Amino acid sequence: MKVLVPVKRVIDYNVKVRVKADGTGVDLANVKMSMNPFDEIALEEAIRMKEAGTASEVVAVSIGVKQAQETLRTALAMGADRAILIVAADDVHTDIEPLAVAKLLKAVIDAEQPGLVIGGKQAIDNDMNATGQMLSALVGWSQATFASELKVEGEHAVVTREVDGGLQTIKVKMPAIVTVDLRLNEPRYASLPNIMKAKKKPLEEKTPADYGVDVSPRLTVLKTVEPAERAAGVMVGSVDELVAKLKDEAGVL
Amino acid sequence: MAVLLLAEVTDGALALDATSKAVTAATQLGEVTVLCAGAHAADAGQDAAKIDGVARVLVAEDPALGHRLAEPTAALIVSLAGDYEHIAAPATTDAKNILPRVAALLDVMVISDVSGIVDGSTFERPIYAGNAVQTVQSADPKKVLTIRTSTFDAAGSGNPAPVETVAMADNPGLSEWVEDKLAASDRPELTSARIVVSGGRGVGSEENFALIEKLADKLGAAVGASRAAVDSGYAPNDWQVGQTGKVVAPELYIAIGISGAIQHLAGMKDSKVIVAINKDEEAPIFQVADYGLVADLFEAVPELEQKLG
Ligand SMILES: Cc1cc2nc3c(=O)[nH]c(=O)nc-3n(C[C@H](O)[C@H](O)[C@H](O)COP(=O)(O)OP(=O)(O)OC[C@H]3O[C@@H](n4cnc5c(N)ncnc54)[C@H](O)[C@@H]3O)c2cc1C
Repeated sequence: MKVLVPVKRVIDYNVKVRVKADGTGVDLANVKMSMNPFDEIALEEAIRMKEAGTASEVVAVSIGVKQAQETLRTALAMGADRAILIVAADDVHTDIEPLAVAKLLKAVIDAEQPGLVIGGKQAIDNDMNATGQMLSALVGWSQATFASELKVEGEHAVVTREVDGGLQTIKVKMPAIVTVDLRLNEPRYASLPNIMKAKKKPLEEKTPADYGVDVSPRLTVLKTVEPAERAAGVMVGSVDELVAKLKDEAGVL
Repeated sequence: MAVLLLAEVTDGALALDATSKAVTAATQLGEVTVLCAGAHAADAGQDAAKIDGVARVLVAEDPALGHRLAEPTAALIVSLAGDYEHIAAPATTDAKNILPRVAALLDVMVISDVSGIVDGSTFERPIYAGNAVQTVQSADPKKVLTIRTSTFDAAGSGNPAPVETVAMADNPGLSEWVEDKLAASDRPELTSARIVVSGGRGVGSEENFALIEKLADKLGAAVGASRAAVDSGYAPNDWQVGQTGKVVAPELYIAIGISGAIQHLAGMKDSKVIVAINKDEEAPIFQVADYGLVADLFEAVPELEQKLG
């Protein structure tokens, strides 16, 4: 079984985000970019499936700017067999919307015929939490989101999902679209020899036009601003002082 | 203009707080029809009908809707979608599972976690773990959105609206429910509690987490946790507060042994009053705290619990 893993190039989760003063967006020029942390977990799961013999090939796909090549090289260094880059934007500040990404991924599925897609549950830049669900709707495959456990058993996958009330386990028909939560696994680091080897693995470059998909956005970003700042607080010296402040000043007790 | 709002229904019961908050947002968009779907949803429908601002309630009952699997629930919503310009739901894990699917089936973009409504096609939503707020305008004929409940007040109760039943749509039959492991608790629900007491990695163990729970119970509060505390097995996953956990905005949030990573702040920085207890005076949590106490939690928390008595 071939496993397809979509990976997104996003601002590194440790970087302090700066909103541009003119309100046009977040400054992404010259900041550290990395693979979306949820996608790393998805990729790790696919690689483990290959190591366990459940998967035969792991294909990583990225959609975005040309620089997403680096993200795909990381994916190859972690253990993906090959990679597909769909260059859909020139400017690093252009975010391709989940609906357009899902349409492109559907086209990749039509061409590659994988038996399973594993992706991250959300990207830490737009926090949309939508691509997997949309893809599942478009291809008509079963959908299992927010996975913290995934077992493929023949014609079905059994997936434990992190939900508001706790955990839910569902059984879905294969082929399936699975999106992963943080506690599914801990992704490996790529070793230096594997980083070297990854340079020779195939990385194919495509455009949305190759797949006949229109990626024009449905949402126009009118402005991007910093969230309201909190007023500065005070330090208290003791538990007594804390209790007094909460009772008398804040009035919350 | 009409809005179809998917109510949060769990095992036949209406989650009144989340649904009422979403109703407040939805009434800004047009006349609100609430959809209660489930294996049993009639009681939830009666409860939803009493939320102020609700014009009509639709009840769909079918075994296939019982565990809110994405495929049948999305199919139901799409079968009803023709009459509405907006399709909305409180941004719970259920709705985040279902509504993007609905949007794709309608060939429109979903707008997740809406925190402000500018007009019928213009919405505010947090991005980058709440480090920026974006205003987006939709060009789609239908708008599908999930609503961040922490930023809207709950609608009150009003005269009961009429309730109708609607038929189930075809179930694509792609998935089946196996089991739920839902923690039963007498504590208030995390996203609607007036007070939340959260513990982090500093708490050190599952046993020590009892300290946090004891303080919470003294205050009648819900218990929260950082990701590190959940990953380490000190607390269950449904207690996680943050970018990828729950978003809370209680009147009082007490963060204990939590450093204040941006991903945690994303879930609690809109709380009205924030208290931080941490032994490291440099911890970033103090930058958002209204009251900070530099102390060893193993001394300060029992003392606090006792002095509240
Ligand atoms: C994609 C992604 C998503 C994430 N989503 C979330 C999320 O939703 N929610 C979330 O919380 N995190 C999330 N994180 C993780 C986040 O980055 C931090 O790692 C996490 O919040 C740290 O948890 P913590 O503050 O409990 O632990 P630490 O950062 O280890 O902090 C522990 C704190 O306890 C203090 N301490 C230790 N002992 C004591 C003592 N005896 N008395 C008092 N204080 C003490 C220390 O001084 C320290 O400040 C996410 C990360 C990523 C990459």
